[in-house]
Amino acid sequence: MLTLECPYCGVKAEETELQAGGEAHLKRFGPGSSDEDFDGYMFMRKNPKGVHFERWRHSYGCGKWFLAARCTATLEVFGTYPAQTSEPPAELQARIKAKRPTWGGYK
Amino acid sequence: MSEAVSALNGKSSSGFATVSEAGLQGMITLRGDLKSAKLKKAVKAATGVDVPAQRRIAIKGDKGAGWMSPDELLILVPYADARATVEALTKALDGEHHLVADVSDARAMFRVKGAKADQVLMKLCPVDIATLADGELRRTRAAQVAAALWKSETDEFTLVSFRSVAGYVFGALELSARPGSEIC
Amino acid sequence: MSTRLARGGRLIDRTKPLNFTFNGRRMQGYRGDTLASALLGADQMLLGRSFKYHRPRGLVASGAEEPNALVGLGEGSRFEPNQRVTTTELFEGASAASQNHWPSLEFDVGAINNTFGRFLPGGFYYKTFMFPRFAWKHLFEPVIRRSAGLGKVPQDRDADRYEYAYGFADLVIVGGGIAGLAAALQAGKEGKRVLLIEQTAQWGGRAPVDGVEIDGKPADEWVKKTVEALGKMANVTLRLRTMASGLYDHGYLLAYERIADHTPGDGRPRHRLWRIRAGHVVTATGAIERPLSFAGNDIPGVMLAGAVRDYVVNWAVSPGDRTVVVTNNDDAYRTALALADAGLIVVAVIDARTSVKGALPDAVRAKGIRVLEGRGIAKVKGSKRVTGVSVCTQAGEGGEIEAITCDAVAMSGGWSPVVHLWSHCGGKLIWDDARAMFRPDAAKPPTGDQGEAMVTAVGSANGALTADEVLADVASQIGGKAAKTNTVAEAPLEPVWIMPQGAGPQLKMKMWLDYQNDVKVSDVQLAAREGYHSVEHTKRYTTLGMATDQGKLSNINGLAVLSDALSQAIPQTGTTTFRPPYTPISMGAIAGEARGDIFQPLRKTPMDEWHGANGAYFEPVGLWRRTYCYQRPGESVHDAVNREIVNARSKVGMLDASTLGKLIVKGSDAGRFLDMLYTGVMSTLPVGKCRYGLMCNENGFLSDDGVVVRLSEDTWLCHTTSGGADRIHGWMEDWLQCEWWDWKVYTANVTEEYAQIAVAGPNARKVLEKLGGMDVSAEGLPAMEWREGLLGGLRARIYRISFSGELSYEIAVPASEGLALWKALIAAGEEFGVMPYGTEAMHIMRAEKGFIMIGDETDGTVIPQDLNLNWAISKKKADYLGKRAQERSHMASPDRWKLVGLETLDGSVLPDGVYAVADGVNANGQRNVQGRVTSTYYSPTLKKGIAMGLVKHGPDRMGEVIDFPADGGKVIKARIVDQVFYDKEGAKQNV
Repeated sequence: MLTLECPYCGVKAEETELQAGGEAHLKRFGPGSSDEDFDGYMFMRKNPKGVHFERWRHSYGCGKWFLAARCTATLEVFGTYPAQTSEPPAELQARIKAKRPTWGGYK
Repeated sequence: MSEAVSALNGKSSSGFATVSEAGLQGMITLRGDLKSAKLKKAVKAATGVDVPAQRRIAIKGDKGAGWMSPDELLILVPYADARATVEALTKALDGEHHLVADVSDARAMFRVKGAKADQVLMKLCPVDIATLADGELRRTRAAQVAAALWKSETDEFTLVSFRSVAGYVFGALELSARPGSEIC
Repeated sequence: MSTRLARGGRLIDRTKPLNFTFNGRRMQGYRGDTLASALLGADQMLLGRSFKYHRPRGLVASGAEEPNALVGLGEGSRFEPNQRVTTTELFEGASAASQNHWPSLEFDVGAINNTFGRFLPGGFYYKTFMFPRFAWKHLFEPVIRRSAGLGKVPQDRDADRYEYAYGFADLVIVGGGIAGLAAALQAGKEGKRVLLIEQTAQWGGRAPVDGVEIDGKPADEWVKKTVEALGKMANVTLRLRTMASGLYDHGYLLAYERIADHTPGDGRPRHRLWRIRAGHVVTATGAIERPLSFAGNDIPGVMLAGAVRDYVVNWAVSPGDRTVVVTNNDDAYRTALALADAGLIVVAVIDARTSVKGALPDAVRAKGIRVLEGRGIAKVKGSKRVTGVSVCTQAGEGGEIEAITCDAVAMSGGWSPVVHLWSHCGGKLIWDDARAMFRPDAAKPPTGDQGEAMVTAVGSANGALTADEVLADVASQIGGKAAKTNTVAEAPLEPVWIMPQGAGPQLKMKMWLDYQNDVKVSDVQLAAREGYHSVEHTKRYTTLGMATDQGKLSNINGLAVLSDALSQAIPQTGTTTFRPPYTPISMGAIAGEARGDIFQPLRKTPMDEWHGANGAYFEPVGLWRRTYCYQRPGESVHDAVNREIVNARSKVGMLDASTLGKLIVKGSDAGRFLDMLYTGVMSTLPVGKCRYGLMCNENGFLSDDGVVVRLSEDTWLCHTTSGGADRIHGWMEDWLQCEWWDWKVYTANVTEEYAQIAVAGPNARKVLEKLGGMDVSAEGLPAMEWREGLLGGLRARIYRISFSGELSYEIAVPASEGLALWKALIAAGEEFGVMPYGTEAMHIMRAEKGFIMIGDETDGTVIPQDLNLNWAISKKKADYLGKRAQERSHMASPDRWKLVGLETLDGSVLPDGVYAVADGVNANGQRNVQGRVTSTYYSPTLKKGIAMGLVKHGPDRMGEVIDFPADGGKVIKARIVDQVFYDKEGAKQNV
């Protein structure tokens, strides 16, 4: 059972206090978008073995959504950060790259 | 209003710690920019305490304020003062993006008292109660429902839950405080 | 025979005798006994029957690894099957019963399987039950069900209570032997927050039994001193009778504390399940001795050498008068010495090694005990009890050299570290050839949330065998200086996987690997021949290691035999996966506090108690408890529902609608936000008015509905369904926090702040007017508007909205005044014929009006357009959640099933969920369908069945009759009609 530190309230919350929200950094495609773009937004997920960016909500806590970078194979947590961003912080990306040199980036 | 009744009407039980529903308590949700001068002033005026820092709760007499999230405070006042406080806060924050909602009746408050009160909470909350600082407000779950708790006095914890599950929370606290189940 | 010795027993208190029964026979033991030692002390060697062949079985071990001695323990509400006697502390009045036999333990019909054992080889189930198919159901399964399975299911409600506890520590040390104690002492001195747990009731582990001396003193003294020192450290917590059950992600350790198993009925919780978050875990879990595989190694009286020593030293119980020790290592010589010291006869030590030298064998020889080198046991003689052994050369095929008469055999095949916790969460093992064991690979530990090693294995759990090695390992890994011990040098063991080496098929068929599941050397070899080369496949094919002991004894021997059969090295074969729990834990502990009234949160409205006192027949709605109907004495549920509807339609009814979700949305961007959330336009809703709205998910499907209220220029109140409040609030916050975080909107879930009561019916206005205080006239409060004021002295907000089709007001007051309002309305409404109504009446009335219900008309695949709700979907808005999805070709297809009313030709009620069939069959040969029923009720208003359903091209087919096949081959014919059955003009509510 995972623990993740909520970047808003600083609590190292356990999984039962959290709600998982799937892959992070999806770009929304609305009316006017192509079928392909919408299909990708709605259904296509990376599901990697390795570095992954996820949405989590501190639901039994401050109620805020945050993002987490985590290795799906070892469950190592590289970091958590507020959701109000369209890409992972550069510092975090560098840290992941240092730990997982073969990582191809969050996109 | 004389006909107002709290969720469990002050129900209480004695085990190795005493568990009681605290009765009617004024509680207000205040959402806004916690750094704004206007909000700080409004909170101070309404409660007599400063806007609490992250995860802190400040109580002065029968009023107080607790940090619920980066943009939300829990304002504590006597039940009878809740409406007036909502109005005062609303007025004070006029022109600034905010939300004030009276939630006194949406919630239930409990006190767990006794030298081993911490052990009651240890059985229900995935929180390191031993390292919970004085004046720290922790939002978590109590068994299967959301709760907020803090150490309100030496040997006393206060716990807030939603009103509809007050019976459930009381049941879980009462069971956890039964004599013979002390953890150490 | 096994018996209690006159002297000794470091754990028992002879001044405290305890009475207990086994299969009804009265026996006596002492405080400090386990049920196992007490039974053995009372000469009860035969304790059960094996799973498959029903062979007589006795104790093999003295701890958690015991595979055979499982009993039904206790009676009535405290009965529990499959209790391991070796881990059950004896208590006064204990009652145990053996399992898995019929009619009795001594005479068991099932033992005939034993005679025909050669017809029940590995994979027997798979092979036999393939053909003919009918035989499984009618022949094999009934027979197997009767003869298989361990223990009986308890019949009574469990009298005990259970609980969880959440624990936190920098360092959790598992195992209270000398390794664990030394590690705790060191970590404690360093100021770490330490939790030390031990599964048994004593500290010290094996060292005191093995004659270890530390710092020149017997281990017992060192243990006592160390425990005292630890007890004085405020940062160290000690917990006995607490078994680490499993280790999970990020240092999450489950531990099972058996608080009152040995003091049943004393008022304490029976078990406590600890959910511990450990900064780091030290496994000091010791090692488990391996049996040797020789023919007849399962006959009662054949035991592990270490266990024999435990029974003699700890509990002063001798397993037999004449014991033969059989071994491939030096450690077993300690057993010979312990037996000799207790005055018992050790006939011989049979050692598979050809040349045996060293301090321990010399000490044994010095006692005049014969040591037979290069020898093995060809077979054990006896059936329900050992009567002797046949000695052979280990290198040969089993020809008898000598017959020895004995009544006990103490065997040792070496020791295997307990690596379960290390392995549960991904720690890898390496094969140590010199010690013939898998031990933790320190280079590949289980890792925590920072990618760091989260477990350190120390002592015997890390492969250390002597006290010196154990303490040195702790010192090197945890820190501190290792204490000096009296360790003597031991010669290496010689791996022996079968005995004798050249044993033929007859012998191999009697060499047990897995005692409980009756898996033998021959079964594993057969599996290998049949192509089961993966150890995981072999496990499942033969059931090796699948019994309740989970292969603690059988694992290494089994895979060594498999490796041999496959002509490959043991590391290539590998081990099966270790999974939690380490030993079985009770269902009660898993449930914790969640039983009875607090099994699940039950959400109650402020008027709940009144409902209960007034005939409420409750139903769950999500976690809410709502009143389905209010039954009067002698009245059926159906009649009550009909009465409530007729009354509401003719006079006035009251519904507790407090469970409706109520979400405040406020801010300068709130209107814009709600326009994105709802399919309709909410930004243009004037203050003081209400508007019905629909919410879809991004897939376009309808997810919730409700009435939106404009409270002020920048504030809206959104009503959601009762089950949807938290979900929709979360949905709003998700979009606000993660997508439109620059929009100025705050939300608050105030669902529980208000009690809400619907007053509906022709007399509704009269009731409110009687309470007085607010203008609720047609002009003062028109439909779809709201007002605030004092109603009967209570501060209230009244919404003129109707879900029943009647003149209807929904009144919201603070929850703490909900009961007061409810009672005031009942009193005021008395002269107007008011009656409360429940959720079923509400459902039927809305169906009579053709209103949809989320969860009935929707199932996660229905879009608003399917429900003819286009009027609630804005054509002008560029975007709303779900809009893009609804533009997809399949969503826009004219062939989608659409909502219609359905009226049976005979007036009967259609079954819920039935499908309408169409002509022809589909590609799978199934009948084509063209629609289904979504809501169906008996309407007391119309006195006939009414239904709504989704039908292909439905709205274009008014008047057409379609077929609904129902149970029993019956076909119900129903006509497609308008979905509004009652008051189509809406005259009733516009008054």
